[in-house]
Amino acid sequence: MSGIAGQRPLLIWVVHLSVVALVLLWTIPTFGLLVSSFRDGDQLSVSGWWTALTSTERNQILRAPAPSEQVREGGQWVIAGNVFDGQAPGEVTRFGFSSRGPSDFAAGETAEMKDEQTLTVAPDGSYRIVSPEEMSGKRGSRIFFTAIEPPRFTLETYREVLFSEGIGRSFINTLTVTIPATIIPILIAAYAAYALAWMTFPGRSLLLAVVVGLLVVPLQMSLIPLLRLYTDIGIGKSYVGIWLAHTGFGLPLAIYLLRNYIRGLPKEIIESARVDGASDFDIFRKIVLPLSFPALASFAIFQFLWVWNDLLVATVFLGNNEDQLVMTGRLRELLGSRGGNWEILTASAFVSIAVPLLVFFSLQRYLVRGLLAGSVK
Amino acid sequence: MEQLLFALLSMAAGVGACILYFWGSNRLLDAIYPPRGVRASQNIRRANAIRPWLFLGPAILLLTVYLVYPVINSALLSFYGPSGETYVGVANYSWLFADPGFRESMRNNMLWLIVVPAAATFFGLIAAALTDRIGWGNIAKSLIFMPMAISFIGASVIWKFIYDVRGEDADQIGLLNAIVVALGGEPQAWITLPFWNNFFLMVILIWIQTGFAMVILSAALRGIPEETVEAAVLDGASPLQIFLKIKVPQIWGTIAVVWTTITILVLKVFDIVLAMTNGQWGTQVLANYMFDWMFRGLDFGRSATIALVIMAMVVPIMIWNIREARKET
Repeated sequence: MSGIAGQRPLLIWVVHLSVVALVLLWTIPTFGLLVSSFRDGDQLSVSGWWTALTSTERNQILRAPAPSEQVREGGQWVIAGNVFDGQAPGEVTRFGFSSRGPSDFAAGETAEMKDEQTLTVAPDGSYRIVSPEEMSGKRGSRIFFTAIEPPRFTLETYREVLFSEGIGRSFINTLTVTIPATIIPILIAAYAAYALAWMTFPGRSLLLAVVVGLLVVPLQMSLIPLLRLYTDIGIGKSYVGIWLAHTGFGLPLAIYLLRNYIRGLPKEIIESARVDGASDFDIFRKIVLPLSFPALASFAIFQFLWVWNDLLVATVFLGNNEDQLVMTGRLRELLGSRGGNWEILTASAFVSIAVPLLVFFSLQRYLVRGLLAGSVK
Repeated sequence: MEQLLFALLSMAAGVGACILYFWGSNRLLDAIYPPRGVRASQNIRRANAIRPWLFLGPAILLLTVYLVYPVINSALLSFYGPSGETYVGVANYSWLFADPGFRESMRNNMLWLIVVPAAATFFGLIAAALTDRIGWGNIAKSLIFMPMAISFIGASVIWKFIYDVRGEDADQIGLLNAIVVALGGEPQAWITLPFWNNFFLMVILIWIQTGFAMVILSAALRGIPEETVEAAVLDGASPLQIFLKIKVPQIWGTIAVVWTTITILVLKVFDIVLAMTNGQWGTQVLANYMFDWMFRGLDFGRSATIALVIMAMVVPIMIWNIREARKET
C-alpha cells in the first residue's frame, strides 16, 4: 500500500504532516502538565507553561524596613536594601511607590515621594530611600516593582505533594488496592475459562452467554446493593471489601478474554494429553496455564490500569481517611481544595499517572493484543 | 509500608487459598472417584461431570454476588424509599420523569452518546489510516494511544489546566485561552459556558478513547485482503476512493464494535463530570446524578432508579453482544 502513496510525493508529505499534527494534539496536554509540574509556583501562576524557558515578568510588592532601621549618611537619612533579598535575583524594569502607579518609574530613575523623600530602585534590585529629615512612623513604605526573572525549575513541589499533601500516603494506598485486585481474579478466571473452553457439561453455552452479558453491566447497578450487603455482613469499608469488589467486576472480562484465548489453543495438544490419561486438572496446570501467558498478561495489564485509575469503586467501598484514600480520590479532593494551585495539582496528577504510563509504555504489546481479543467491554 | 506488607500477605493468602481450593477439591474428587479399579470407567464419567463445577465454582459465586444479585436487588430497590425499607410503588419513577435534573442528565447523556463515539471512532479511523502509511507510524500510534493509560481524574486535571482562565489584562496560563487571545479573541471561562461546556468535557473522553479506536481499526485495516485493494489500484482509483469505497465498507463490523464499546463507556462516564463541574452549569449526566443521589441525597431508592435507566440503555447492546458471541461458537 505504501506503493500507492510512493507515487505521489505530495500526498505522502500531507500524510506525514497530518500525523505530526495529530500526535502534537494528543501529546501536548500531557506535556504541558509535565512541564508545569517542574516550574516554580510563582512563575507558573503568571505565565503559560509554553514560556517556561523564557524570562517571566512579574509584578511584586515589597515593604521596606521600618524607619527605625534608617542610618545617617552625610546630612541625610537612608534606608537601603535589595528587593531580591531572600529570593532568586532578577532584573527590575519599572517601579513605583503607590498602588495607583506601581510602574510609574523606570529602573534607575529617582521617584519623589511625600515629605521630600526620594526612592531609587536600580535594575539590579538595590533600592535607596533618602530623606533630608529623620523619618518617623512604625511601618516602612511599600515598593512596587516589575521584575524580569530568569526561568526557574524546582523539585520542591514534588517534595511538597509527596510528603505534606498526602500524595505519598495515597500512593501506598493505591498500591495496596491494586496489587491484590489484579492478581486474585486471574487464577479464578483462568479455571473458569478453561472449563468453558474445553470441558463439556450441561449449561455451558448458557453460562457463556451470561458472562458475555455481564461484560457490559454498568457498575452503577452494583454499588448500592453491595454497599448495603457489606454493611449488613460487617465488611464495611475495608481493603478486603474492595479487593473482592474489583475481582467480581473484573471477572467477566477476564473469563471472556481467557476463554477465547484458551479455546484457540491447538485441540491436538489437549486431546492427546487426555488420551494419555491426564485429568483436566493436570492438563490445565501443566499445559494450558503456561501456554496462556500472553492472555494472562493482557488481562493483568487491563485490570491493573483499571483498578489504579478507578475512582468510583474506591469512593464507594473505601473510607475518606488517611489510611484508605487512594490517589484518584486525593486528586479529586485537591481539585476542590487547591483548585487554583496549579503547581500542586500538576505535580500530584503527574505522580498519579506516572505508574500507569510506565506500565503502558513497557507492556504496550500485551495491552494491544488483549484489546484486539476482547473489545467488548 | 506496614500496609503494603499487609496487602502482599493478603494477596499471598488469597492466591494460596485459591490454589488450595482448586488443588484440594480436585484431589478430593479423584479420591472419591478413583480413575482405576473395577468401576474405573463409571468413576471417570462421574468425576468428569462434577469437575467443571469445581473449576467454575468460585467464578460463579463471585459473579452472582457482585453482578447478578445487585442487578436484581437494584431493580427491587427502585420501588423502595430512601433507606430501601419502605415500599413506595412507582413513586421513584414518577419522581424521575418529572425531575428537571433527570431531564438535564438525559439530554446531556444523549449528546455524549452522539458526539463521543462518533468523534472518537472518526479520529481513530483517520489516525489508523494515516499511521499505517508511514515509517514512524508505530511511534505515532503509541503516543496517540497513551491517554488510554491516564485516569479520568488525571485527564480532568490536565484539561482543566488547558481550560484555565485569567482576567483579561493578565497573561493567560490556560493553553486554550492563550490561543484565543493570541488570535484576538476574549478569554472565556470554558467550563461554565452554558451548553457548550458539555462539549469541552466530551473532548476529554474523545482524547482518551481515540487511541483505543485507532488500535482496533488499524488491525482491521491491515486484515483487509490485498487483492481487493490491488484490483482498485489497477482500475485507477485514488487513495481516497480506495479508503472510502474499498476499505471502510470492509471493516464496518469492527467499526460497529468500536462504536458500541465506546457507547457503553460513555454511559458510565462519571469521573470527568464529577471532577470538572460536579454537574453544575448544566453539565449533569446520569452516572454522576446517580452518585449524587447516593452520597449527597442519601436516597437509595431514587439512586437505584437512575442506575436502572443506565442499565436499560445498555440492554440493547448486551443482547447484540450475546447474539454475536453465540454466532461464533
